[in-house]
Amino acid sequence: MDRATIDFWVGLFVVIGIGAVVFLALRVGNLTSLQRTPSYRLEAAFDNIGGLKLRAPVKAAGVVVGRVDRVRFDTKTYRAVVTMSVDQGYQFSKDTIASILTSGLLGEVYIGLDAGGDTQMLADGGMVTKTQSAVVLEKLIGQFLFDKAATLGEAKNENR
Amino acid sequence: MPADALTFVIRRIGRATQESVGRLGFATRFFALVLYHSPAAFMRLQLTFREIYFSGVLSLVIILVSGLFVGMVLGLQGYDALNKYGAGDSLGIFVGLSLVRELGPVVAGLLFASRAGSAVTAEIGLMKTTEQIAAMEMMAVDPLARIVAPRFWGGIISMPLLAALFSVLGVFGAYIVSVRLIGLDTGAFWGNMRAGIEFWPDVTNGIIKSIVFGIAVSLIAVFEGYVATPTAEGVSTATTRTVVESSLAILALDFLLTVFMFRGGA
Repeated sequence: MDRATIDFWVGLFVVIGIGAVVFLALRVGNLTSLQRTPSYRLEAAFDNIGGLKLRAPVKAAGVVVGRVDRVRFDTKTYRAVVTMSVDQGYQFSKDTIASILTSGLLGEVYIGLDAGGDTQMLADGGMVTKTQSAVVLEKLIGQFLFDKAATLGEAKNENR
Repeated sequence: MPADALTFVIRRIGRATQESVGRLGFATRFFALVLYHSPAAFMRLQLTFREIYFSGVLSLVIILVSGLFVGMVLGLQGYDALNKYGAGDSLGIFVGLSLVRELGPVVAGLLFASRAGSAVTAEIGLMKTTEQIAAMEMMAVDPLARIVAPRFWGGIISMPLLAALFSVLGVFGAYIVSVRLIGLDTGAFWGNMRAGIEFWPDVTNGIIKSIVFGIAVSLIAVFEGYVATPTAEGVSTATTRTVVESSLAILALDFLLTVFMFRGGA
């Protein structure tokens, strides 16, 4: 085996090997979201964040505009304070509503931002004041059963 | 006498312990020496290229074919299981994560140990048997720099590339089966895969794993070859030991790395 042949095959091997890593990065993994686009921070306080996790997406009208950076519990107000980094390219008005949503019944938990009509925009470190907590399914079912029992009770009373 | 039998057993245990500790110590010193002589492997790149050719390029066929078939089987079985819960669309995440995190590095590592590691051990062992290594020392050529270091580094460089190719072919195999044969939606397959797999930490941890396995397999292969008893039987024993020890090392290291990397899954 002469030197040129070995060099050729090793070169080809290394090139397709690196190509495979690039494929894994771009096509299988989502490296594109890793690119550090300049972003600014927003905070929002929720009564209950449900199953929200770090790095969960922040979406506006279904488009991912940022990620959840930090979640902490405020012992003064007893609320969860979520810090999210939002792409610099997306500006949100001061009366934006942040709500914790779930994609599908069992899907991932994310933060939805609904822009309002205010002309003033939220700056870096700004606080989203209008928030809507996570809908906890167990509570919802409990409430439904309670309402159902109440209406049934009323119906019985009327029959009497 | 029961007392004699007892001392005999204890002596046996003591001797086995001494031997294995001694061997481990020797392997560690050997590892340090190989690292010390590594610059030589990079000064004469041609030697390392040759080893990348023999352990990397010639392992490609088995790695690619295995990757393709593992991926196709994962696609079939995964779709079957997931579709029972109406989650057939999530097949992309399932296949991608299991290949990138576990199966790619581990199965490629096991194949690499059997295909390339055993060959390296047999080659060095046979060189020792035919006194080529002794002859080199006579000519003041350091066999660690000339023989061992290039094989060691050739393995370390080949392993991550082979693992990445294994994963890619696996994903491709799953794509063929699920999208082309079963009729899963292309967008769901790729979209879910990209949504569920992060470059950091998933892909990078897979690459780190394959580099660690490459170091382990290469070190075991060159070490077993170098300390092989210089007989036909000794070389065959050393080759067997390389495959068994590398496979066990890969599985044990994989468990340890997984515990540290994906603990809690935060």
